[in-house]
Amino acid sequence: MIESIDMSLVDWSRGQFALTAMFHWLFVPLTLGLAFIVAFMETIYVRTGDIEWKRITRFWMKVFGINFAIGVSTGIILEFEFGTNWSNYSWFVGDIFGAPLAIEGIMAFFMESTFIAIMFFGWNKVSKRFHLTATWLTAIGANLSAVWILVANAWMQDPVGTRFNPETARNEMTSFWDVFLSETAVNKFLHTITSSFLLASVFVIGVSAWFLLRNRNIMFARRSTVVASVFGIISAVATIFTGDTSARIIAREQPMKFAAMEALYDGQTHAPLVAVGAMRTDTTRIPNPRQEFIFKIEIPNALSYMAFLTPNGFVAGINDLLYGNEEQGIMAYSERVERGAVAINTLKDLKKAKDRGDEGAHAMLVEKFQDPQWINDYYQYFGYGYYKDRSLEEFIPNVKLNFYAFHIMVILGGHFLILSIIALTLSMRNRWGEKRWLLWVALLTIPLPWIASQSGWIVAEVGRQPWVVHELMPTLSAVSRISPGAVQLTFWIFLATFTALFIAEIKILTTQIKKGPEEE
Amino acid sequence: MIYCGPMLKKIFLFYYNGFRTMTWGRSLWAIILVKLFIMFVILKVFFFPDILERDFQTDEERSDHVIEQLTNP
Repeated sequence: MIESIDMSLVDWSRGQFALTAMFHWLFVPLTLGLAFIVAFMETIYVRTGDIEWKRITRFWMKVFGINFAIGVSTGIILEFEFGTNWSNYSWFVGDIFGAPLAIEGIMAFFMESTFIAIMFFGWNKVSKRFHLTATWLTAIGANLSAVWILVANAWMQDPVGTRFNPETARNEMTSFWDVFLSETAVNKFLHTITSSFLLASVFVIGVSAWFLLRNRNIMFARRSTVVASVFGIISAVATIFTGDTSARIIAREQPMKFAAMEALYDGQTHAPLVAVGAMRTDTTRIPNPRQEFIFKIEIPNALSYMAFLTPNGFVAGINDLLYGNEEQGIMAYSERVERGAVAINTLKDLKKAKDRGDEGAHAMLVEKFQDPQWINDYYQYFGYGYYKDRSLEEFIPNVKLNFYAFHIMVILGGHFLILSIIALTLSMRNRWGEKRWLLWVALLTIPLPWIASQSGWIVAEVGRQPWVVHELMPTLSAVSRISPGAVQLTFWIFLATFTALFIAEIKILTTQIKKGPEEE
Repeated sequence: MIYCGPMLKKIFLFYYNGFRTMTWGRSLWAIILVKLFIMFVILKVFFFPDILERDFQTDEERSDHVIEQLTNP
């Protein structure tokens, strides 16, 4: 049905969006986590009156400020792209996306800009407690402003609390709380912020290790390590817990993504979890080659348990989902495509009836979009209809990328937990820093949480392909029909701008870090 | 001359003195301003029009266009 769409336009639009989002996400998690670490440090300063804690707080606050300033408003570019490259999508999602983003903008402006000013300009001008309150409110405000964009993203993965209006082609919110408190939204928010806290903790431990390796500012580095490692351990445990919950939600709501994460082609009960593995590609199955393992180490039953909390749980494989599995009650994608095509044609008929002024037919067709049974039987498969004359295998996301991204994220998460535990244990015995190789490990670990965090987003976003709104709108119908050349041009402009900004951040950040904490 | 209460004056002076006594923050502000200029003056104006806002006058026209796109690709 959409064979006329230039797939290079879809790919370039997706590439540009991914570039912008991934660049934006270099800054956001450090802001979210460092804000709380600074708040903890300042709290200790206010409670103890120890001037060394003030130095520590001001140093990390400066790092926070640099990261915030370079990263601020890079997310707005995403909104530009919605209007230009994804106009069909922007219209289709309606107020579901607009309302949360508007709230985010207002909250971010009022909370962050007000309290950040007090954080940076208010030292010795406002009382200690007032300053501390501003620091805490900055941390809370920054994290709360992340709620809204994550709620909007969660709705795209699990579109609940809305109704499609066929006359406007927009989704309308029927229940704010269903959207806001959906299991996907709550878990996505918690997993994102706790993993961001972990990222910031690992960053602080790593930078502190650099000072210890240089034998500089020893007390500053040790105290920073203690705060960061405590926060890191708590955050790592919370990240594991929310990640585990996320796996169950994905297994239920987005089983294709779940199967791709584990490269599971044929479903089974007692499904093992691949702990470590490397894949080869059977290139005879183009466009979606089957990925087999060169080697793998498995944990028996673990995948079934992870998905359904029982080893007897049937984990659907890619083939079960694509071609159906009657025994397990899984509808084949070919059937979904047929039903989706019916829904699209109904919308088309409705438009025709309206254009020719046939009020009776128009009213009857509008009624269909309000009938729960018809919605359940046809409209919920709306997006599948765009694949009427396309290969079913286009429904398979990039398995290899998902598999590696998921496993890199999990393995690195384990590494951060172990590092935090070792750093805290040795710090408590005043022995953190004795083994230089451990400090080197901590220092070299600094970039890894960004790799883990970006991998998490790759799993979330690449894993849900081809959907931009799960089962309702594929990327190929969401994209604006503009020239691929225009998208390519802005892609390269972005790449150049973002690279320059990134180099500027690294340069300013390393210069300030090398200076160390200033004397009070 | 507009009258500003003591509280407003204090807030103004707080920000004014804060910006005036900035040291390392000056280069950050320079980066922020360059970035905002690139984003809002160059990218938004020349490269990222809101297509539906630009090409259609009313929401009804926009709806018709999107329905057309969704049903007649």
